[in-house]
Amino acid sequence: MSSLEKVATPQPRKPWAPTPIDQAKTAGIVAASTLISLLLILVSPLSGKLAFVVLFSIAYLIIDFAVSYAKAGRSAAVDSLFRGLVTTAILIAVTPIVSILFTVWIRGHKGLHWTLFTKDMHNNAFTDPVNQGGLLHAIIGTFLLVIFAMIISVPIGILTALYLTEVRGRFTRPIEFLVQAMSGVPSIVAGLFIYAAILIPFTKTVNGIQGSLALAILMIPTVARTSQEVLKLIPSDLREAGVALGGTQWRSVALVVVPAARSGLITAMILGVARVAGETAPILLLTGGSGTKNFNVFSGSLGSLPNYIWQAFGAGTPESITRAWAGILVLLVIVVILFTAARILGNRKVGKK
Amino acid sequence: MSSTITQAPAEIPAKREISTKPRLSDRVFRGVVTSGGLSSLVILGLILIFLLFNGYSTLKSQGLHFLTSSNWQAAVNDAGQFDAKNSHFGIAAMLIGTMIVAVIAVIIGVPISVGAAIYLTFYAPAFVKRVMVSAIDLMAAFPSVLFGLWGFFVLESSGEYWAKLINKFFSWIPIFQLPAPYVNRSPFIAGLVLAVMIIPIVTSISREIFSQTPLDRIQAAYALGGTRFAMLRAVAFPYARSGIVGGIMLGLGRAMGETVAVYTVLNIVYQVNWHILFSAGGNVASMILLKFGDASPYEIKALMAAGLVLFILTLIVNSLANLIVARTGKSGR
Repeated sequence: MSSLEKVATPQPRKPWAPTPIDQAKTAGIVAASTLISLLLILVSPLSGKLAFVVLFSIAYLIIDFAVSYAKAGRSAAVDSLFRGLVTTAILIAVTPIVSILFTVWIRGHKGLHWTLFTKDMHNNAFTDPVNQGGLLHAIIGTFLLVIFAMIISVPIGILTALYLTEVRGRFTRPIEFLVQAMSGVPSIVAGLFIYAAILIPFTKTVNGIQGSLALAILMIPTVARTSQEVLKLIPSDLREAGVALGGTQWRSVALVVVPAARSGLITAMILGVARVAGETAPILLLTGGSGTKNFNVFSGSLGSLPNYIWQAFGAGTPESITRAWAGILVLLVIVVILFTAARILGNRKVGKK
Repeated sequence: MSSTITQAPAEIPAKREISTKPRLSDRVFRGVVTSGGLSSLVILGLILIFLLFNGYSTLKSQGLHFLTSSNWQAAVNDAGQFDAKNSHFGIAAMLIGTMIVAVIAVIIGVPISVGAAIYLTFYAPAFVKRVMVSAIDLMAAFPSVLFGLWGFFVLESSGEYWAKLINKFFSWIPIFQLPAPYVNRSPFIAGLVLAVMIIPIVTSISREIFSQTPLDRIQAAYALGGTRFAMLRAVAFPYARSGIVGGIMLGLGRAMGETVAVYTVLNIVYQVNWHILFSAGGNVASMILLKFGDASPYEIKALMAAGLVLFILTLIVNSLANLIVARTGKSGR
């Protein structure tokens, strides 16, 4: 027994893993490309961080290509060149995200004050010093807009998803197609539509619910498509079990499928909210941008975060632009929180209680 | 033994009627769900009807000039009323501007997105993949006003520098020429911002398509001794090609309809401008926003007509894109 225990478990070998020599080579290539690009910057008219990054990438790709070519021939060299190219692509793709988050924090945190969350702008102008006034009214407005958009769009979105996954009638294909087409409707068009359908013939003035309607149009496709994905993941055993026990389709959907997909449906809802919370164009046409707190979406101009940011940016003085960035920071924090919540819920196993 | 055979059952249960007719509750359920499902059709139809209804008078009075001329003038007569005869509404300049900006975005954004998708699908270690996918999905949720302000305050300066470089070395190509030395707030920079905005969309669609590449074919390529690039060229690219084209068109559709970011970054000038580095341009969506503020009811009708054109345009591009994407999964070699 004891002799058996002493036998070491064989470690899986990974012949493809980089050996220390490979790692040293990579380090060498990086060092060489850095050196070359620095030298080029020193002797040539090119200068700056950007030039360095570009030169470094080019130098790295060339040296890497040459080293692989010497080691294993042309196809290996092309392979490593391509690896270098796609790595560059992902770095370029992620750079703006980092830059945006960094910029928003750097420029926005200067405008953060406690009064931001306790005061509105009814007796302040955007050009006032940043510690006066706040955006409580805008937070309330955005909250109301989003809640009403949710009340309208979530039932419709989930019903659409249920139609596409549960009922599967004869319109399934066209509706799937239309929902996708709807997700491409430009936000300004949604705004114009509500303007033409409600503001011109009926209200003739701005109010919050019009904004919510426009946002709902933009939110429905997101909710419907995400819910559809989630409902597709529910194993059909569950549905069949429901029907086999004598339940009607209504009962098996309402008591089995939807509860099983609950967290996924909440994710769909949150993603929909994240999609529209910062939507600006329809808000500018439909809701007005009052600086006073307004709790009534059915009448009166309703301020909101996108509108606040827009007006503050438009005012153009350093104070107002700091306000705009602070507004963006608040908006971004809301979006990131929603997104993280959706992620956490969405990563839970579907069907688990 | 025999007794069991002769013994007849005491009662033969009455034959049950088997019907496939759904119960009332199911009929109600299906009715409600179907009507909910048809809402997308209703909404798209209503958008079309209302924009057409409001824009009809403009379209009728302007005819084809609405699409071909670049003259936008809401004339007012001496009595201060709208003068239909002397008013001209044409959106050609903005249509061309829309295409220019969107195409720049696609040309810059797509190679980056597809490369990033390839990296994430075939190269990235699990941890890096998780972080990067989250980051890129998060970027898709950034509001467009944020991209606009970022473009205006941050990208603008680098963009101007690149524009000058391009102008210096490539000014022999007509579109890179400058009629005057102004390179700020140009279609090129707006295109850069839109490129950043479509990267998350195109990346996530491409990634989805690449991840559907049949594993057996990938492994077959490796088993034959192919490098990763050889595998990509022989297996993944042919499989994903049409899907990627669809993803690109979805990106194009998104870039064409963008309002706030373009409005913020671009210097909107109502003329046809092919010089992409020059500080003048526009697109239909941002033009609508720009003119909406102080438009008379009649001009608003013209703007509705412009919105209708934009709506139909994006609908066509998106529908084509979706058709192409939908075909990928099923075909394949």
